[in-house]
Amino acid sequence: MTFRATHLLGIEHLHPTEITTLLDLADRYADQGRRGQTHRDVLAGLTQINMFFENSTRTQASFELAGKRLGADVMSMAMQATSIKKGETLIDTALTLNAMRPDLLVVRHPQSGAVDLLAAKVQNCAVLNAGDGRHEHPTQALLDALTIRRAKGRLHRLSIAICGDVAHSRVARSNILLLGKMENRIRLVGPPTLMPAGINEFGCEVFDDMRAGLEGADVVMMLRLQKERMDGGFIPSEREYYHRYGLDAEKLAYAKPDAIVMHPGPMNRGVEIDGTIADDINRSVIQTQVEMGVAIRMAAMDLVARNLRAARGRKAVGVEV
Amino acid sequence: MSGTIFLNARLIDPEAGTVNEGCLIVRDGVIVEVLSRVPESLERFAPDQRIDCGGLCLAPGIVDLGVKVSEPGERHKESFKSAGRAAAAGGVTTIVTRPDTNPAIDTPEILEFVARRAQVDSVVRVLPMAALTKGREGREMTEIGFLQDAGAVAFTDGDHVISNTRVLQRALTYARSLDALVIGHVQDPGLSQGAVTTAGKFASLRGLPGVHPMAERMGLDRDIALIEMTRVKYHADQITTARALPALERAKRNGHDITAGVSIHHLTLNEFDVADYRTFFKLTPPLRAEEDRAAVVEAVASGLIDVICSMHTPQDEESKRLPFEEAASGAVGLETLLPASLRLYHAGVVGLPQLFRALSLNPSRRLGLASGRLAANAPADLVLFDSDAPFVLDRSTLKSKSRNTPFDGARMQGRVRGTWVGGVLVSGEG
Repeated sequence: MTFRATHLLGIEHLHPTEITTLLDLADRYADQGRRGQTHRDVLAGLTQINMFFENSTRTQASFELAGKRLGADVMSMAMQATSIKKGETLIDTALTLNAMRPDLLVVRHPQSGAVDLLAAKVQNCAVLNAGDGRHEHPTQALLDALTIRRAKGRLHRLSIAICGDVAHSRVARSNILLLGKMENRIRLVGPPTLMPAGINEFGCEVFDDMRAGLEGADVVMMLRLQKERMDGGFIPSEREYYHRYGLDAEKLAYAKPDAIVMHPGPMNRGVEIDGTIADDINRSVIQTQVEMGVAIRMAAMDLVARNLRAARGRKAVGVEV
Repeated sequence: MSGTIFLNARLIDPEAGTVNEGCLIVRDGVIVEVLSRVPESLERFAPDQRIDCGGLCLAPGIVDLGVKVSEPGERHKESFKSAGRAAAAGGVTTIVTRPDTNPAIDTPEILEFVARRAQVDSVVRVLPMAALTKGREGREMTEIGFLQDAGAVAFTDGDHVISNTRVLQRALTYARSLDALVIGHVQDPGLSQGAVTTAGKFASLRGLPGVHPMAERMGLDRDIALIEMTRVKYHADQITTARALPALERAKRNGHDITAGVSIHHLTLNEFDVADYRTFFKLTPPLRAEEDRAAVVEAVASGLIDVICSMHTPQDEESKRLPFEEAASGAVGLETLLPASLRLYHAGVVGLPQLFRALSLNPSRRLGLASGRLAANAPADLVLFDSDAPFVLDRSTLKSKSRNTPFDGARMQGRVRGTWVGGVLVSGEG
């Protein structure tokens, strides 16, 4: 068995071989997608519900598209507008969902651990984490990994700089876990106020000087600086941040000449990244990341759905699971 | 009421620091005599009841400093009746209740209501504390004098830190004039704002906001400075980090009237117990790193930390079954305080007499009570327990109305066999 997980809640619980299995499948979906091949039979007859308790355009669209390309019946619910306002708790939401019998549940929630909680309460349904608080965003890390693997030809022994607001970023956490499991050298670059506590125990190199942090890097991964961090007193101003930590041609010159530039989007041009770098087709793989996002989500839903069907099959013939 | 003789007991005397075989004679709710061997004739005592302890441990009943009974306001979480039963089942003979109810216990009228309810409903002794500031809002001091007259044994705003030092200084000065005991929660309010875990790698990986352990020492340092200014009688509710210990030690050495406590949860659990967002392990202050836990256990063994308490905080399922940050904080502890404390004994770090200094004698002394001792003229508040009996805790068996214990399914060693308050059996078979 190469992919055992029944939910995709985070990178933390995935084994490296599971990650490779998922990336291999996504790789095929990406190639076939470019050739215009469809796979409407893979999730045919299954219902996918996207529940977003937090605003999202890109991730929600990506999951929706992935589900539709695999033939699932997809429904999206904007939860921040509905039951939360009416005071419904997450557990009640889970109970309601159990009654609706979805097969795949894609959840984003502003609270760390909320998706784990929901997954523990729903029955007979596979849960995929589309981002929970500052905890994890596994499909983002997986799509980043696939993008790196396709651009660099491998996903090990690379020097990868993750730059910016690491403290508040679930993307950074999932990436640190995934890239670490695949045995890469990870550097975290950013002002110390935007580094999480206990950072020295993460097994990463930490830099507050961006030039030193980018020195010889194969991959430069920028993180979004959330506007609300300005008010929190984490950094003195946008312009000083751009001056010291914004990715421009001068700072990028410290990385390897063939280093690729990544960003999970949406970008703040002129805050964390210079627009011309973001648009440079020789360096920036930001558009590829979006394309890989759909392929990764297709692969992830395909794999958990296989395990879900297998579990139902065992249950139907009365085998203990 | 007449006499009872407890025969064949292992008597744990926290005052003398001894564990001896012996028997104990109780008359009219008071310990009359402690004997090292069975007297040849019992005529002199004329006991109408003999209890054979079968070689089990007999110790002064626990005085639990800082129990939340959710009356008034949230009786569905815990009432005096259920709290009393839980306490009795756990060998706790006196509960010192917190004022962090809804509404807060901040007027003599509410305090009297609480005291009356307690007297009617609780099988163990209840001593109420009152808020130090109105509504626990940290703006105006309460009627400390009236509250004291109404029976408040100490003053505390619970886990609300009074951030305005001018308000606190005045309240402490005023409390000093009445010789009132003030209990503080030592935590820097700025650093701890919004935090639900102890800052570190674990909290960061879970994506939860954490507070640096230094915030506790900062809170303690500030309060020690105010104690020096005001000469108030002060008790720090929970010292849970290694960094705060030297400050506490120094303050005691400098002759300040300061004592400190710690909850049993911080002595037996650490931050990793939160695991995948288990909200029953969400406490205030949050669980700490293992090094801190070990240092605090050491401080209990050495006597630097005076008191072990349960910090009993009942919460219903609804307030706990939420994402970790939104979930309510606190755990019930009355019934698990003794068995969990015995983990320290079984681990060989704290002896039984020292354990009962922290559980019974020291809190009694701090409140000026006669209990907590195994000596003539002390009230016959007693707990009989089998220090070795193993069991697996099943939270559905708890007597508390709320069952938010972090020890569900935990293997424990040490069971209460009987609890007496004023010589009257309130739990167990005797």
